[in-house]
Amino acid sequence: MTTQADKPVKEQRSFPKPQFTDAEAGALVFPSSGSRAFNYYKPQKMRATMYEDVTFDVQPDPERHLLQGWIYGFADGDGGYPHDWTELRSGDWHRFRDPNEEWEQTIYRNNANVVRQIQQNLSNARKAEAYQQWTPTWTRFVERNVGAWMHAEQGLGMHVFVTIQRSAPTNMINNALAVNGTHKLRFAQDLALYNLDIEEQLPSFDGSAHIAAWQSDPVWQGVRETVERLTAIQDWAEATFAANLVFEPLVGELFRSHLVMQIAARNGDFTTPAVIGAGDGDYDRDLRWTRALFDLVFKDEEHGGANRAIAACWLDQWVPLSLDAARRLQPLWSQADEKVLRFEDGLDRAKDRFVRLMDGLGLGSSAEGMNQ
Amino acid sequence: MSRQSLSKAHKKITELSWEPTFATPANRFATDYRFDRAPKKDPLKQVLRSYFPMEEEKDNRVYGAMDGAIRGNMFRQVQQRWMEWQKLFLSIIPFPEISAARAMPMAIGAVPNPQLHNGLAVQMIDEVRHSTIQMNLKRLYMNHYIDPAGFDISEKAFANCYAGTIGRQFGEGFITGDAITAANVYLTLVAETAFTNTLFVAMPAEAAANGDYLLPTVFHSVQSDESRHISNGYSILLMALADEENRQLLERDLRYAWWNNHCVVDAAIGTFIEYGSKDRRKDRDSYAEMWRRWIYDDYYRSYLMPLEKYGLKIPHDLVEQAWHRIWDQGYVHKVAQFFATGWPVNFWRIDGMTDEDFEWFESKYPGWYAEYGAWWEAYNRLRHPGANKPIAFEDVGYQYPHRCWTCMVPCLIRQDMVVDKVDGQWRTYCSETCAWTDTTAFRPEYEGRPTPSMGRLTGKREWETVYHGQDLADIVTDLGYVRDDGKTLVPQPHLDLDDPKKLWTLDDVRGNTFVSPNVSLNEMSDEEREAHIADYRGRSNITPSTV
Repeated sequence: MTTQADKPVKEQRSFPKPQFTDAEAGALVFPSSGSRAFNYYKPQKMRATMYEDVTFDVQPDPERHLLQGWIYGFADGDGGYPHDWTELRSGDWHRFRDPNEEWEQTIYRNNANVVRQIQQNLSNARKAEAYQQWTPTWTRFVERNVGAWMHAEQGLGMHVFVTIQRSAPTNMINNALAVNGTHKLRFAQDLALYNLDIEEQLPSFDGSAHIAAWQSDPVWQGVRETVERLTAIQDWAEATFAANLVFEPLVGELFRSHLVMQIAARNGDFTTPAVIGAGDGDYDRDLRWTRALFDLVFKDEEHGGANRAIAACWLDQWVPLSLDAARRLQPLWSQADEKVLRFEDGLDRAKDRFVRLMDGLGLGSSAEGMNQ
Repeated sequence: MSRQSLSKAHKKITELSWEPTFATPANRFATDYRFDRAPKKDPLKQVLRSYFPMEEEKDNRVYGAMDGAIRGNMFRQVQQRWMEWQKLFLSIIPFPEISAARAMPMAIGAVPNPQLHNGLAVQMIDEVRHSTIQMNLKRLYMNHYIDPAGFDISEKAFANCYAGTIGRQFGEGFITGDAITAANVYLTLVAETAFTNTLFVAMPAEAAANGDYLLPTVFHSVQSDESRHISNGYSILLMALADEENRQLLERDLRYAWWNNHCVVDAAIGTFIEYGSKDRRKDRDSYAEMWRRWIYDDYYRSYLMPLEKYGLKIPHDLVEQAWHRIWDQGYVHKVAQFFATGWPVNFWRIDGMTDEDFEWFESKYPGWYAEYGAWWEAYNRLRHPGANKPIAFEDVGYQYPHRCWTCMVPCLIRQDMVVDKVDGQWRTYCSETCAWTDTTAFRPEYEGRPTPSMGRLTGKREWETVYHGQDLADIVTDLGYVRDDGKTLVPQPHLDLDDPKKLWTLDDVRGNTFVSPNVSLNEMSDEEREAHIADYRGRSNITPSTV
């Protein structure tokens, strides 16, 4: 039996004692006591944004403040972020700002909202047994073709954008590339998990059909070839240009916006547009920053002309490849029961969009004639 | 998402990758490691559908705490001594974080394992998170702490100050050279698995003891992502061990990475914890005690040693030597003394040690007062301008040290300094291992084996060389460490903001010529150099109590 006397004496707990130090802003006036803005860079507008404050100059640059230069190098002696990792030149790469102002909070808020929205839609579809209403033809279309697109997003995400976010000369550009890559990977997974969701609800749905479609269906081999060739580009700016300004409008939007988004509802499917639409939303953001970047380098006072000439060569290479991939998708337009759009109409819309995009960047003359 | 559905989802997303047939991804970053015989190892399962909401929730907690700290007037309770060191720490750490993001493609390109690629890509976006959340913390400090000077020039000061290069290795080391050496061994196996424990766990605890609960809020949130990163690194290590030819490189890289991390991180974090704290309870752990727990027991004994069974050669000798430097040779104390000596070329204020501090140090590190006490008393005596120069230019029996060419922390354990003529230049190293790193490890051949992918040590590696022979006032002006009145220095060797006469100005430091120890060494004749080295190694560098 424990008695009062047996109880161990409670040890005095040790903890730091709070002290009032009055170390808050304004407690005293002295030189620099009111200097409450990062003053080592010039904000784009009068007042620095949160995005600029948390991103600018975090990746140092010997041309700005880096006194001792890069202290580690590759075997060839190059250190840090060599400017010759792209053929393009800029009077000042640091002028680029991401119009989406992506930093930690925006990245998580935006992507968490997207995945919540998709999951809510899929949950509603499960409750309504929506997939069971699909025709066999539409089921095949989704399992093979909507499924195949996940690979394109994964390839671009992992082996173009995630990869090249090591390569650009400023933190602002590399962060934009990292966020772009994240969008692609998330969207690829959105499509894969959507595929899994249908597979679990609809016994006739073949959850692995997308693999064969991507690997060997002739319809998809042009897209696969283009994606693989995009991953092989060494120059980070060329990879960005070719993926976001050529492949995406001519192939990505053609498939997502001008096909799937147009015909799904007519085929009794309200979930696929919700999932695919998230990818289109991502691309809106990705296109915004890409245009801002290339607008800057094509209008560069010293290098703009040379940069546009280089981009014209890139167009020579990537437009025919992307158009070929687009044309090889044509049979998809006749696969669904309900067809609301002709392939040529969709392609015309994609090409119009592409030409407008190039016009806006001062490359209209280079783009004309290529999209025939 | 339930565990069962997470497993299913993870299995499903493995279907996303494919073997390309038209073209293969560009090979940007070379490695001498081989993975063609490696079995594929899975890292922790992570699906973006659950990842984004999870991180958003973690963010919400962080930003809620930030609002609370401002509403609750946290800055009425923070210790200035602590906050001043945060000007250095928070200038450094966002760069290693973003460098870790940039390192991910190097690992992705080197390791043929799509499941692992997924984990590495998620780590990439984690690291963007860490970098920007830490920058935001610093921004908040700048806005709400009594003295914003130093925070306001943060990223510039990091890039040009005399401590910046020490910290920058913990970042540049992740992104350059052999892809696996950099992005796996240095970054993940050592920096993240071992040293984030002291960075992100031990140091935040000390912050809380000094009235700052935002640093723990942000850094514990960061640390909660690290377990996934550690898992990525471990998977790559197991794959590398599958090929016998990788073992020699792993042994080399573990020795380099362990020693460099020790030199750099223990120098910085040890100083912040021991000399930035006002918490002098005798039963609070010293940095040495924290190191023993977090690095020696948790990392070395629990993580590293078990890897011996896979044939990995562990650098036992270097672990013991690091401990010996921290416990017996006063490594952290000597670094803190060096930082305080160079206060005019810092961009933060350094509080002197008091009798209460002396007692605490003596109880934690017996013999401390005999070695460092008189110097700190001199530091306090010389802390105000008017009657004296900055302590580095007064004779207090302390000789300004040579820098280590490799780790860039000075050669503070003087008897261990190595001097060698390398690539046509006399260089000094803090230790045999740092000398080996430059002369043997970072070379195109290692033990007779070609290592064409290995990186190089580059740049102006001794900060003092850049300003050799210049006037201290001109140096401080060039660095931009001057307050907005155009004359008062950002750095001060005390915390007294209440009296303008106590604040050092450019005029107070003018007339002192800065000398580079390395330039001087290279200007000496052979005889002079030998005598100088013998004197350097033999000198106690202890301030006499009569000074």
